[in-house]
Amino acid sequence: MSKGQKLLNWIDDRFPLSSMLKEHVTEYYAPKNFNFWYFFGSLAMLVLVIQIVTGIFLTMNYKPDGTLNGAGIPVAFASVEYIMRDVAGGWIIRYMHSTGASMFFVVVYLHMFRGLIYGSYKQPRELVWVFGCLIFLCLMAEAFMGYLLPWGQMSFWGAQVIVNLFGSIPVIGPDLSVWIRGDFVVSDATLNRFFALHVIAVPLVLLALVVAHLIALHEVGSNNPDGVEIKKLKDEKGIPLDGIPFHPYYTVKDIFGVAVFLIVFSAIVFFLPEMGGYFLEHPNFDQADPLKTPPHIAPVWYFTPFYAILRAIPSFLGTQVWGVIGMGAAVVVIAFLPWLDRSPVKSIRYRGPKFKFMLVLFIIAFIGLGMLGAMPPTAGRTLISQILSFIYFAFFLGMPFYTKNDVGSVPVPTRVTETNGKRQLQFLVLVAVTIIAAYLFGTNV
Amino acid sequence: MSEQQVDTGRRRFLTVATSAVGGVAVAGVATPFLMSFFPSERAKAAGAPVEVDISKLEPGQKINVEWRGKPVWLLSRTKQQVADLPKNDPKLVDPKSEVDQQPKYCQNEGRSIKPELLVAVGICTHLGCSPTFRPDLAPADLGPEWLGGFYCPCHGSKFDLAARVFKGVPAPKNLEIPPHKYLSDTRLLIGDDK
Repeated sequence: MSKGQKLLNWIDDRFPLSSMLKEHVTEYYAPKNFNFWYFFGSLAMLVLVIQIVTGIFLTMNYKPDGTLNGAGIPVAFASVEYIMRDVAGGWIIRYMHSTGASMFFVVVYLHMFRGLIYGSYKQPRELVWVFGCLIFLCLMAEAFMGYLLPWGQMSFWGAQVIVNLFGSIPVIGPDLSVWIRGDFVVSDATLNRFFALHVIAVPLVLLALVVAHLIALHEVGSNNPDGVEIKKLKDEKGIPLDGIPFHPYYTVKDIFGVAVFLIVFSAIVFFLPEMGGYFLEHPNFDQADPLKTPPHIAPVWYFTPFYAILRAIPSFLGTQVWGVIGMGAAVVVIAFLPWLDRSPVKSIRYRGPKFKFMLVLFIIAFIGLGMLGAMPPTAGRTLISQILSFIYFAFFLGMPFYTKNDVGSVPVPTRVTETNGKRQLQFLVLVAVTIIAAYLFGTNV
Repeated sequence: MSEQQVDTGRRRFLTVATSAVGGVAVAGVATPFLMSFFPSERAKAAGAPVEVDISKLEPGQKINVEWRGKPVWLLSRTKQQVADLPKNDPKLVDPKSEVDQQPKYCQNEGRSIKPELLVAVGICTHLGCSPTFRPDLAPADLGPEWLGGFYCPCHGSKFDLAARVFKGVPAPKNLEIPPHKYLSDTRLLIGDDK
């Protein structure tokens, strides 16, 4: 017996190292027909690591202090400028963190879209989906609180608007928003607590949820583009006929995805860190001024679809809580997909025309709302936002009706099928065209 | 000992009692943490009244002062602007200022102590942005019937020159009028009226 084997045995007698590796990596059997859409789960993990590492280093020079320094500049704002200009390597660490925030949402939205088209939330993966939705919620909280920290104009007024959302809740609202801020306006107290929540509380919850998400996934096994349960057909050793071990097959595939992703990521960090005002908004380069709202305030791009829904709903009965409810419902309704979808099949490949039609409408509505949420409001845009908000909710709430018995002409196979490269390309082109069409439509209203 | 019957009723009672007492303890321990989120004594003390000199305020001019960290507008309305205020009444949500957003002495057409001088908290009642002063008549973006007022850039809420909200915008209420009083003809105290 080699020395290495001896050491491993010694550990295994005390800690289930080998069996854990087997269960989750070397003998975790994943369907062999994963395609392009299956890169984004592992990429989300990669971005999480990037955010944690860069975040740790940023805290070493950042000061969560909203008071003014001798030069009349808020200490927090000045410390971010200090990181950008004076700390060796500081600018690249900060741009990695700010780019990482946006890229987190890019990969998570694509990851969620994958679940949507292949029915990955359907029985028995309901809890995988629910944990995922909770991760999404944490991510939104994390991004929102992190955005206050640079203490620029957008940080300040964005936080002001979102905290005031809670103020619209009847009876307890005004006290609740004071409780969240720790002051009567967004102030140093707010900045300090958001910092604490952003660097400690939410990341801990986020990590725990990621573990729960993966444990639940490995319990039931991964879905695949055909929506076929590979565990139904096993060989004499109990290994799924259509399964391949995660390592080395998918570790290698994912490393390829990581390489491509990091090329894109680095290009943004080095050449387009502000992304034309979408990743880092221009007014945030001005220090927070509690007496002056910037002429146009909008959230960062990943919140704009939900923000557009908020704005689309007018106030009535003397309160504007309805928009807040609408926005909250737009996030929460996603978690109910497993129970809204009544389709007998999982994957879009074997669904009928009704689902496909609704999905195209949904993509247009989501992108359209995202664009409208970033623009200043006009009467025409509000009307379009209202129509798109209706489509957004119709997609989810209409599901019990339109997915029932909605199956395509090709029956679900018993085994997974080979990925049809041509069909996959056609689908990607369709999605790209829909997104571009929604974009062009959005920029012209 | 193993011969004895397990008294499940007693066991359940003890479980419930322990859980209840434990729950009370958790609530007790949570209290200081939750309380710590409320404004501190220092934050509460920062709400002291502010004294302003208004002798240099010309008709049509607006100045901002900070009170409790919020912008407070002091707008000296022209005679024409005061005369135009009732014209907006049919288009307003609460033209008579019936919702409690102002001290009793400001529940009038101009929502002010003196007709020409408006004192208002410049925080939109929708989501807390600070609306922009738009005294211009009939600008392209606000329509031909615009007689001057305030426009919130965040979500498009509109207010007239008495800080009253128009119908059909997200903001539900008129802007808040803070308690204030004149110490003399040229000195104003914001935040206290006693």
